[in-house]
Amino acid sequence: MTYVPPEVIEEKVLEIYEDIKGRYAELKNKDKLKIPTVEMPAQDPHVRAHNLEEVAIGYTLEEAIVEANRCLQCPTQPCIDGCPVRIDIPAFIEKIALNEIQQSVDIIKEASLLPAICGRVCPQESQCQATCIVGKAKKDVDKAVAIGRLERFAADWERERGAIKVPEVKPETGKKVAIVGSGPAGLVVAADVRREGHDVTIFEAFHKLGGVMRYGIPEFRLPNDIVDIEISTLKKMGIKFQMNYVVGRTRKLTDLMAKDGFDAVFLGTGAGLPIFMGIEGENLVGVFSANEYLTRANLMRAFDREHADTPIYKSKVVAVLGGGNVAMDSARMALRLGAEKVYVIYRRTEVEMPARKEEVLHAKEEGIEFHFLQNAKRILGDEKGRVVGMECLRYELGEPDASGRRRPVVIEGSEFTIDLDTVIVAIGNGSNPLISQTVPELKVNKWGNIVVNEKQKSSVDKIYAGGDIVLGAATVILAMGEGRKAAASINELLAENVETEKEAEINS
Amino acid sequence: MSKILYKEQLSENVYLMRLEAPLIAEERKAGQFIILQIDEDFGERIPLTIADANAEEGSITIIFQVVGLTTEELSLMNVGDAIPVLVGPLGTPTHIKNYGNVVCVGGGIGVAPLHPIAEALKAAGNNVTIIIGARNKELIILEDEMKKIADEFIICTDDGSYGRKALVTEPLKELCERDPKPDMVIAIGPPIMMKFCSETTRPYKVFTQVSLNTIMVDGTGMCGGCRVNVGGEVKFVCVDGPEFDGHLVDFDNMMQRLNAFKDIEEEKHHCHIDKLVELKEKEL
Repeated sequence: MTYVPPEVIEEKVLEIYEDIKGRYAELKNKDKLKIPTVEMPAQDPHVRAHNLEEVAIGYTLEEAIVEANRCLQCPTQPCIDGCPVRIDIPAFIEKIALNEIQQSVDIIKEASLLPAICGRVCPQESQCQATCIVGKAKKDVDKAVAIGRLERFAADWERERGAIKVPEVKPETGKKVAIVGSGPAGLVVAADVRREGHDVTIFEAFHKLGGVMRYGIPEFRLPNDIVDIEISTLKKMGIKFQMNYVVGRTRKLTDLMAKDGFDAVFLGTGAGLPIFMGIEGENLVGVFSANEYLTRANLMRAFDREHADTPIYKSKVVAVLGGGNVAMDSARMALRLGAEKVYVIYRRTEVEMPARKEEVLHAKEEGIEFHFLQNAKRILGDEKGRVVGMECLRYELGEPDASGRRRPVVIEGSEFTIDLDTVIVAIGNGSNPLISQTVPELKVNKWGNIVVNEKQKSSVDKIYAGGDIVLGAATVILAMGEGRKAAASINELLAENVETEKEAEINS
Repeated sequence: MSKILYKEQLSENVYLMRLEAPLIAEERKAGQFIILQIDEDFGERIPLTIADANAEEGSITIIFQVVGLTTEELSLMNVGDAIPVLVGPLGTPTHIKNYGNVVCVGGGIGVAPLHPIAEALKAAGNNVTIIIGARNKELIILEDEMKKIADEFIICTDDGSYGRKALVTEPLKELCERDPKPDMVIAIGPPIMMKFCSETTRPYKVFTQVSLNTIMVDGTGMCGGCRVNVGGEVKFVCVDGPEFDGHLVDFDNMMQRLNAFKDIEEEKHHCHIDKLVELKEKEL
C-alpha cells in the first residue's frame, strides 16, 4: 500500500457520498459491499517524520458517513464479541451512517468512557474488525468496516464541540475505593465504580496522569491533550486524583485500608519493569530501555529540546531491538528526535511481528529500516564506554514454539557488525515488583504477575487487580476489559457491604 | 506541591532545605531518597537523599550541591516557595542492625545522606567511628551533628585547611589495620571516593557498603536508567539500592553512565546562564 494524500481520499469519498446521501434505508447489502474502504487520511510521511503531530488525521464527516454505510448491520453482531468492553458497535455505526453523531457517541459511552483513546490505539484488526463479516466477505481483514476509525471520529466530533457529556453518578454511598495507577485499567475501574456512587481516589506515582498512555505511547499516535480531556471527564464525575504518590512507598498498601479507610483497592500498576537482553555491552552509555527512551521523550517532554530540562541522547544511528508496538513507537520517536538512520532488528520475520500492521506500515513509510531474522549478540563500546556498534547474528525459522510462532534458530557463524551509537531495547516488560514485595500475602506467578480469580480478585480480600500487572505486557483495551470486570466485582462487594450495614442498623 | 519551610546555605555551593512532606516524613527510613522536579511540565526529575525528617512537623530535610540546571534553580528558591513535584520515600532502606564496630565515611555532600544512617547505626548499639572529608574547610558540612553521634571522629581535608591533610582512605586504612578491624564500613560520597574506599577495605575483607546516586527518571524501577553492574548482575539503584556491596560494584561503568548526558547538559547550562544574565541585565 502506498501513501494516499488526504485530499485524494476526500475527493474520492465525496463522489460516493453524493451518491448514497439520504439513501441509507434503501441500500442493500450488495450496494454496501460495493463501497470501498475509506482509508485513514494521514500526514505526509516525509513531513511527519520530523514532527510530533498526530500521524493519522481522522475522518471528515462525509468520510465517516461513507465508511459507516459499509456496515451490514448483521444480526449476529460478531464485532461485539471481538470487543473486550463490548461496545454496541453496529448501533453506533448506524447512527453515524444516519448523521446522528451525538447519539452515536452516547451509545459508545455506555460501554467505554475513553473512546478517543481506544479509537486510536486499539488493535481493532485482531479484535472487533477481525470478526467483521464485511472483511470476511472480502477475504481481507483490512477491508473490514473501519470500526476504530469510526469510534475515533465520533469521540473527536463530540470533543471538538467542547461538550463532552459527564456520566451520571448515583447518590453517595460513603464507601471508599483506592485505585493504584492511572493507566487504562485504573481509569475504567474508577469510572465504573464512581458511577455507583462510591468515593474514588486514584493514586499515581508520576506527576501526570494516564500511565502508559502518557509516558509510553507517543504524541504522534495519541496526543496528550486527548488523554487529558478524557481524564477531565472523570474529574467532573468527582473522582479524586493523587499524583506523586507511590503506593508501597509513600504509603503501604495495607495502610490504605487499615489507616485511610479504603473499603477496596484496585491495583492497575502496569508492566513497568523493562526486560533487557542480558548480553555483553548492555550497560554501555547509549543503550536504553524503550521505557526510559519513551518516558524521557513523552512524559518528560524531551522532544521539546528548547524548553525541557530532561536531556535525550543525541543519536545518529539507532537500532531498536524488538518487534512490538513499543519497538515501533521507539523507532519512530528516534527518527523524530533527529536520528539519521533507524533500524528495527527483529529475530523472526514480519509475519510474526506482534506490532500492529498499521504501525509497521507507518514506520516503513517514514523510512525506518527493518532487519528481519537478525538479533543482537553483543554491543560494542569505545574507551569512554559509549556505544559504537553492535554485533548481530542471523536467524532462520524452525519449528513452532509454545506461542505457535515458528521459533527463530541462530545460524552459527553468521556474525556481522553494524556501526551505530544508540540501542533501544524493546523486547518487553515484566511486572514491577514494588507493590507485591511490600505485601507478601499477595500471590504472584513466576513472572511476578498478580494472580487473580475470574472476578479479578487477588489472593487478599478487598484487593483486586487488572491490566498488565495481571496479564503481562498487553494492550490498552485488554487492560480496560479487565478493569471493567474488576469494577463489577468491587461494586458487587460494596453493595453487599451496604446491605449488611443496613440490616445491622435495622436489627439494632 | 511541597512548601519550602527553611533554607540555609551550608557552604559555597551547598544548601539545606526543610520541605513540607508529611507522608514522606512519616514513612521514610534511613537510606531512602526522594525525587523532585521544579517545573511540572518541563522540569527534570532528580533524586536527592533524605538527610533528616521530622514527623511531627511533617517535614523532611534535603541537602544538595549545585551541580546542574535543577539544583541551581532549586538553590534560587526561597522559604514559602513551593516545589511542584516531590515523591518518595524511594529506595530500599539501609539494613540497620548491631554489627559491632562500624565506620561511616562521608565525602563532601555525601555526609548529608550518611547522617541519618550513622544515627540509626548508633541507636542500634554499634560503636560508630565517623570519618568526614572534603576538599577544604569551607566544604565540610554537618560537623557538629556528626561529632555528636561518633564514638571516634576524624576530619580530613585534601588541602589540610582543616583536620588531617589526607584523603578519607588514609584513616580508613589505619582503622582496617587495627585489631579488631571494623565489622562494617559504609562510605557515601563522590563515586571516585566510594570506589577507593572499597579498594581500601577489600584486602582486609571488611564488608563495605556504598550508596549510589545515579541518573534516574521514574525512581520506581520502570526505566532502568539507573542500572549498575553489581557482582556481574544488573541492579536498579532506585529499587534494589541505593546501597550495595562496594566490593561488587562496577564503579568505572557507573561513572561512565553518570556522564551519559554531560555534553547536552553543559550546552543547556550555558544557554541557561546566558538567559539568567540576560534577565539580570534587563533588571538593571
